[in-house]
Amino acid sequence: MNQTNSVPNKIQVKNLNFYYGNFHGLKNINLDLKEKKVTAFIGPSGCGKSTLLRTFNRMYDLYPGQRAEGEIVMAGKNILDRSQDVNMLRAKIGMVFQKPTPFPMSIHDNVAFGVKLYERLSRGEMADRVEWALRKAALWDEVKDKLNQSGTSLSGGQQQRLCIARGIAVKPEVLLLDEPTSALDPISTARIEELIFELKEDFTILIVTHNMQQAARVSDYTAYMYLGELIEFGDTDTIFTTPKQKATEDYITGKFG
Amino acid sequence: MLSIYRRRQFVNYLNLTGSMLTMAFGLFWLIWILSTLFVKGFDSLDLDLFRKMTPPPGSDGGLLNAIFGSALMSVLATLIGTPVGILAGTYLAEFGHRGWLAPTTRFINDILLSAPSIVIGLFIYEMYVTKVGHFSGWGGTFALALLVIPVVVRTTEDMLRLVPNSLREAAAALGAPQWKVIMQITWRASKAGMMTGVLLAVARISGETAPLLFTALNNQFWSSDMNAPMANLPVVIFQFAMSPFEDWQNLAWAGALLITIGVLGLNIIARSMFKQSQISQ
Repeated sequence: MNQTNSVPNKIQVKNLNFYYGNFHGLKNINLDLKEKKVTAFIGPSGCGKSTLLRTFNRMYDLYPGQRAEGEIVMAGKNILDRSQDVNMLRAKIGMVFQKPTPFPMSIHDNVAFGVKLYERLSRGEMADRVEWALRKAALWDEVKDKLNQSGTSLSGGQQQRLCIARGIAVKPEVLLLDEPTSALDPISTARIEELIFELKEDFTILIVTHNMQQAARVSDYTAYMYLGELIEFGDTDTIFTTPKQKATEDYITGKFG
Repeated sequence: MLSIYRRRQFVNYLNLTGSMLTMAFGLFWLIWILSTLFVKGFDSLDLDLFRKMTPPPGSDGGLLNAIFGSALMSVLATLIGTPVGILAGTYLAEFGHRGWLAPTTRFINDILLSAPSIVIGLFIYEMYVTKVGHFSGWGGTFALALLVIPVVVRTTEDMLRLVPNSLREAAAALGAPQWKVIMQITWRASKAGMMTGVLLAVARISGETAPLLFTALNNQFWSSDMNAPMANLPVVIFQFAMSPFEDWQNLAWAGALLITIGVLGLNIIARSMFKQSQISQ
């Protein structure tokens, strides 16, 4: 744990509870997320890991009946507070979803969409930014000659990298990845995992995954969740080799879940 | 076991035969109507239709004024009805998740969708024609616009609901406010479907007679004055077909054929557009 404490915190979750109507989805979560590290959330389906991820950019605000209580502190401010501007928050916290979600527009416009919302760039600056993001997402070489083609014309793996490019083009501080490779083939998955490894130089990354090996490969810290509770949290090596909780060990070794 | 299978086979055969027969029954009348229309219509189809005005009985003439009037009123009605319909449909699809207003609007729109068009005509007659004191092109346009709106509302809502929520979430996750998500993402994703709805609405109004009878009435001469009675194909067909003069009856057949071809064409375009959009997704 000493090692854990030497890295600065990016986000602190304090006594977080989440409700879907009357259903208590997250129960009293406390968690410190480290800056420029990858934290993986694992656990069986329905354990609340995606729910937790969606509280960081307040995605639940889109749906009536969903609400969060407690605190999520980022840069000294509770982002769950009513006074927090949700759009500004989401501009700082990017998100990539399980299924690729290219917008019905050109590859260039897909990447530029988020940038245009908060920055006024000249044509040339925008072209540079789009190239920068596509390079970061390891997609540039495949699409540089067809930036004007529709984003939906790409393959599934390319579409997902396009979505990552779109997410990082706005230069967020945190990147939320919600099972980003579960719809992809092994080769595309490997590319995205390499990408996550490179991206953590610039961004704090939170990833939800069903794939235990993936969590072990890409993350620095791992959180195991079960039935809306955070069972165990620590650096990935410890969680995967000497977990403190029996439940964590059972899940990781495949005895359960 | 075999008896169960035999029984199922028999029931299957029975139902299949029944559906084939009812389909044949329906198609029989449709084909009869269309073939009569094409045979009679083609006989009186010539270039004069598009060059001359509706004639008095016994003299040469065409349908130019009626074609023009129908086209003008349909276009204006579409221009008025489409924005209203798209905005209302967008409200229902994107904001209508809570409260009583959206379900109520949806219910009333469904009633409007199946309302007899003669009621719409009478409504405009009472609200507009009697107030200005004369039949007019505007009256006809308003009545047709009222028919466009519910069709566009319905298709817009249906098409927007086909857009996956993940697309809205992805745009919102970048910090886009809801109006930008709607205008730049969801509308764009359902553009072809919404256009299909507009085309279907145009097809719906282009053959309507009842709402024009009380509003635009008819005009024997060329007129592009929207504040005067305006010629239009459906009412001309109605009057000419009921007349005892053979040349008028022939013109009515030709007019009916023109409308049918127009509606058929619009439906085919709408369907192929929608199909194309499904493929590209």
